[in-house]
Amino acid sequence: MQTRDESGFVECTANLLRFGLPVVTLAIGLLVWDLIVRLNDIPPYQLPGPILVFKTLVQDWQILGGSLLVTLTTTFEGFIAAAVGGVAMAFLFNRSRLVEYSLYPYAIILQVTPVVAIAPLLLIYLPQQLAVVACAWIVAFFPVLANTTLGLNSVDSNLKDLFALYGASNEQTLWQLKLPSALPHILGGLRIAGGLSLIGAVVAEIAAGSAGAGSGLAYRIAESGYRLNIPRMFAALLLLSAAGIVIFMGLSLISHLVLRRWHESALGKES
Amino acid sequence: MQSSSGHSAGSAVRLSGVTKTFANGVHALGPLDLTIGQGEFVSLLGSSGCGKSTALRLVAGLTVPTTGHVELAAALRSTPRRSIGFVFQEPTLMPWATVWDNVYLPMRLLRRPRAEVAGRIGEVLESVGLSDFAAVYPRELSGGMKMRVSLARALVTDPDILLMDEPFAALDEITRFRLNNDLLELWRRLRRTIVFVTHSVFESVYLSQRVVVMTPRPGRVASEFLIDAPEPRGEEFRTSTAYVAHCRSVSDALARASAKAA
Repeated sequence: MQTRDESGFVECTANLLRFGLPVVTLAIGLLVWDLIVRLNDIPPYQLPGPILVFKTLVQDWQILGGSLLVTLTTTFEGFIAAAVGGVAMAFLFNRSRLVEYSLYPYAIILQVTPVVAIAPLLLIYLPQQLAVVACAWIVAFFPVLANTTLGLNSVDSNLKDLFALYGASNEQTLWQLKLPSALPHILGGLRIAGGLSLIGAVVAEIAAGSAGAGSGLAYRIAESGYRLNIPRMFAALLLLSAAGIVIFMGLSLISHLVLRRWHESALGKES
Repeated sequence: MQSSSGHSAGSAVRLSGVTKTFANGVHALGPLDLTIGQGEFVSLLGSSGCGKSTALRLVAGLTVPTTGHVELAAALRSTPRRSIGFVFQEPTLMPWATVWDNVYLPMRLLRRPRAEVAGRIGEVLESVGLSDFAAVYPRELSGGMKMRVSLARALVTDPDILLMDEPFAALDEITRFRLNNDLLELWRRLRRTIVFVTHSVFESVYLSQRVVVMTPRPGRVASEFLIDAPEPRGEEFRTSTAYVAHCRSVSDALARASAKAA
């Protein structure tokens, strides 16, 4: 039998490995990158070293920080639209078979058509900012719809009977049974949608950037590419992936906080 | 000992010529004729798939008969059916709600404010021995405790009839015996009608006043037994010769019903 101290120690070591190892991997990667650049005398317009990228990030923060804000705003707007639209449409589908049969195939078509191909068209017909948000929405919308639908279909049929037995209204069934039952699935869908709306925003900005307009991070990448400012391309890329990580972690945290008291997925091994 | 009418009080439920055929063409039940007296503890005993759960759902109004009539005593006919308590085979609790909120559910659906029914909920939790667990979430409870919550939820509206669909089938024997005794105690105190569906001969004989043996699908009444054991029944009844004799005759009847169908 393990004593409390021992198990605490084991857990502590496991945590140290889990968070320490990725850091070690990163350090080794950066070191190898730096060595390759230095030993081969690779010029910065081909491959900048990690130190130069970091310097650029600090030096160009004025431009890059502003662009980051623009991209994040687009991502956020697209995400909110996808979350609200996806959940609402799933509930609508759940309510009415007719609506579901009429619209579901087109939701799938929207999902399987590459957004890169749609973006230039949207840029023609919509004002630029709206087109970019629309792209983020298109990419992020489907996982929310699909997951919420799955959640609504997994409502316990006995509980449904119980609600019927006590004469629950549609509204009571929606708020007190369907929504909480579907909540873990909805949150799972939102976690995927967060990252996807960033991708959608970037794709649209690239498309807009090739038309010579825009101010988001992806536009900076395109623009820096034309100017052979490779260090800035790397710096912007770094910011984009950092944004993606933060979005994912933020949504995971929210999901954990909402579900921690009752859902299996949020329980640690201790219980 | 075989009997078709073993109660003197007015009837709570009367099924006459009830059949149920599902949309997929499966003829699940009947024709079934069954009368359940007020305050009676009746067990419906049969093999899996004989339609005994369907019979319960018909009484609860969760499904309608294909042919025949389900008559309920006037007191049971209110809509919504607050006078009917239903206990499923699984505890069927809402995992996102505490024990208290799970028991509150029927009252909440009937739009009764929390403050108004808090006393009643405390009372019911007390009666199933879960007063200390009101603020706990279902995942923290054992299988037996979850079933007690489910029972408390069915009792909270003070129903006239309690419909139980193999409620203890998934529990271990020790827990099942204890809940059997608790249920008997409860029935002695409240004298509500209980319709108890089970596939256990021993459980049906131990608990009920009357055991209705059903045929395999489509379920019909094969035979009925009055269990005229003295009350209150306790653990000593489980090992008595009378209990063994009852179990043997019910068991034989169940075997005959199955053999006839096969």
